[in-house]
Amino acid sequence: MLVCLAVGATAVSYGAISVASGLPFWFPVVMGTLVLAGSSEFLFVGIVGAGGSPVAAVLAGLLVNSRHLPYGLALPDVLGGGWRRWLGVHIMNDESVVFALTRKDPARSYWECGIGVLLCWPLGALLGAALGSAVSDPNDFGLDAMFPAVILALILPQLRDAKARRPALLGAVIALVCVPLLPVGLPLLASLGALAVVPFLDRTTVEQGQA
Amino acid sequence: MIVAAMLTLAVGTYLIRLAGPLLRTRITFPPGAERLLDVSAVVLLTALVAVTALTEGGGPADAARPAGVLVAGVLAWRKAPFMAIVLAAAATTALLRLL
Repeated sequence: MLVCLAVGATAVSYGAISVASGLPFWFPVVMGTLVLAGSSEFLFVGIVGAGGSPVAAVLAGLLVNSRHLPYGLALPDVLGGGWRRWLGVHIMNDESVVFALTRKDPARSYWECGIGVLLCWPLGALLGAALGSAVSDPNDFGLDAMFPAVILALILPQLRDAKARRPALLGAVIALVCVPLLPVGLPLLASLGALAVVPFLDRTTVEQGQA
Repeated sequence: MIVAAMLTLAVGTYLIRLAGPLLRTRITFPPGAERLLDVSAVVLLTALVAVTALTEGGGPADAARPAGVLVAGVLAWRKAPFMAIVLAAAATTALLRLL
């Protein structure tokens, strides 16, 4: 699946950066499997690599991953029951949530994407760790543009609906304004403030519909 | 120490992921709140695109990355194939950095 290839490519740079910051080659692979949330892992490795405290790295990582709480609330019923549910919770990420929200068969899309990322992320990290310094600067290949491009391409069908687009764009503006003011992760949560306008938008739509 | 920190992050992240589905099955939300929850994921993901495309470590990103993401947005709006969208974003950004 194409999303997994894009995730794998990002993972290669993650593995390379981890090894470059002095961590053992297995570290990004194990962390990739157990944490399975790319941006928090980049941040963790970045903080530890720069000589920061592991406690600070954990807190920053948890803050970045706090968006998974509202993801879990918004997620349709795709997890299933029994042992599957426990694995299903673990594979909740940006990509699998978009798939569950936008595809016709939410449960199947969620699981396919989630399992794909669960395989590609650690494997890509392993490749990156092996290549190490051979990948000088992954950003030379524009890899940093791939993640926002992937999410944007997947979420765009939802944004064609004005009722979702208006709060989404407002939320993006709120998050951007907060970036210089708040620690990493919090600007994303602040974007949810845009939800305050949703009841007003719905009301206007109803009135227009009646008119 | 690093391994303990990594495991803490793993457990903490799992609990954050678990909280949403648990709350959703235990509590019945009124229809208005259900709708808010549905929109909230779109809001979060759009903000995620904006923040990762436009900023880097608390400041603005270099112009090459937003340019690549903009190309991706235009192609996606015109319903180009997914592969083309993602590759065009990376290629645009890489080319602009070469110049």
